[in-house]
Amino acid sequence: MRNPYRTQKIAFSLLFLATLLIVVPVGLIVIVIIFKGFPAINWQFLSDIPRQGMRSGGIFPAIIGTLYLVAGAIIFALPIGLLAAIYLSEYSKENVLNRIIRLAIINLSGVPSVVYGLFGLALFVVFFKFGASILAGSLTLGIMILPVIITTSREALESVPDSFREVSLSLGVSKWQTIRHIVLPNAIPGILTGTILGLGRAAGETAPILFTVAAFYLPRLPKSIFDQAMALPYHLYVISTQVPNVDEKIRYGTALVLLALVLFMNLVAIIIRYQFRRRKKW
Amino acid sequence: MDIKIRADKFNFFYNETMALKNISMNIFKNTVVGIIGPSGCGKSTFLRSINRMNDVIFGARHEGDILIDGENIYDKDIDVVGIRRRIGMVFQKSNPFPKSIFDNVAYGLKINGIKDRSYIAQKVEKSLQDAALWNEVKDRLSKSAFDLSGGQQQRLCIARALAVEPEVLLMDEPASALDPTATLKIEELIHELKSKYSIIIVTHNMQQAARISDYTAFFMMGELLEYDITSKVFTKPSKKITEDYITGRFG
Repeated sequence: MRNPYRTQKIAFSLLFLATLLIVVPVGLIVIVIIFKGFPAINWQFLSDIPRQGMRSGGIFPAIIGTLYLVAGAIIFALPIGLLAAIYLSEYSKENVLNRIIRLAIINLSGVPSVVYGLFGLALFVVFFKFGASILAGSLTLGIMILPVIITTSREALESVPDSFREVSLSLGVSKWQTIRHIVLPNAIPGILTGTILGLGRAAGETAPILFTVAAFYLPRLPKSIFDQAMALPYHLYVISTQVPNVDEKIRYGTALVLLALVLFMNLVAIIIRYQFRRRKKW
Repeated sequence: MDIKIRADKFNFFYNETMALKNISMNIFKNTVVGIIGPSGCGKSTFLRSINRMNDVIFGARHEGDILIDGENIYDKDIDVVGIRRRIGMVFQKSNPFPKSIFDNVAYGLKINGIKDRSYIAQKVEKSLQDAALWNEVKDRLSKSAFDLSGGQQQRLCIARALAVEPEVLLMDEPASALDPTATLKIEELIHELKSKYSIIIVTHNMQQAARISDYTAFFMMGELLEYDITSKVFTKPSKKITEDYITGRFG
């Protein structure tokens, strides 16, 4: 006779093992990068320009370049994404046009990032004649993270209970005032979370900036938004594959800085969400 | 007596479903009208038609008129937001905002552009007093509204509705989620409020309708079957079906 407890035990072990398997690669990546990269981290590495064909010196221009790109992407994507999310969640009615819009957003998030790169090259670099520049790169990254921002913002707006909207309307408050004073304030933590996750993604992507902004080697800080810039992910790619004899320490140090930047943003998003859940009472 | 609200051959549809059929009734100033009837009879739909809260429902449309002081609230040029300010509403489930007690009551005033702090404070106190809640919350106005009990929250919602100085108060089963003590408080409150407002209250509770309303309207299947002075509806209803419902033979 089969022992039900044994079957349960086996099932439980399998489930646990599968879950553990998720943690292992994440842990390994973080550990390997910290171990190999940490010795490279010092003040000079973080604040100096790359020297000797990127074989020594620091990665300061790449850090700054990435920060500029992320800031540019958010300046562009947050207002558009948020306004679109408000329209979709508060104003749009169910019809063919809106179904097409929703479908477009879903598809936009499924487009491979290198395709965004090509699109950015064609539209911003060539057609609008921005050249390879921070502006073109930021806009490309902005379009890439739009779906993330729209989707998370919409979810945040829709999670505000309808009863809040109803009461506000019943008090002789207009719809727009209701959105501004009741819906938006209660959705802000969710919107912030989505925005930061989008930022993290923008900071880490290589392909969209490949053709639109990234400089192979530019040992100075960009002067304007029409300037090219170095960026961490692309710099990592360059020193790992394009430049011979780069010290492993420098490569892993660069990876560690990039990883720390992205993980830090995700951590902030998690903290905001946690704080909000604790306070929320409806 | 003066007519405050008048419904004139009012029909209401959700898409193809006719939810209200040919409703005509007069509601007088400073009276409490109780609306009774089995679930799905159109009570709430009628209530929400009076302050045009049904506007937000997709596929809703109406025929006929509802007038307040002779003015058609479905007039094309009318300011819907202004109508809702004149006709306040209290919902079945107490639904305070995630704000402080004070800010809940002050919300309608602040949004409508009133800046004068002392006026707002005065108005908040007055509204809380009118809602019989002031003594219980006066020392903790800055505390979250969610810290209040269910009955207190519902009275807070009434205070919030009163703060914008409506002329009519619509109440959709305001006590259905409350315990008997809290219910009694709300009923006493309604009795107090009718000196200033016209009140229309939907209730599932026959005794409650008999206790608090001056007039009772009996709705069934979207039709207004009986509408008269409460004592008459409860003792000598003109229709057999009203009597059956009131005595609990169905519904």
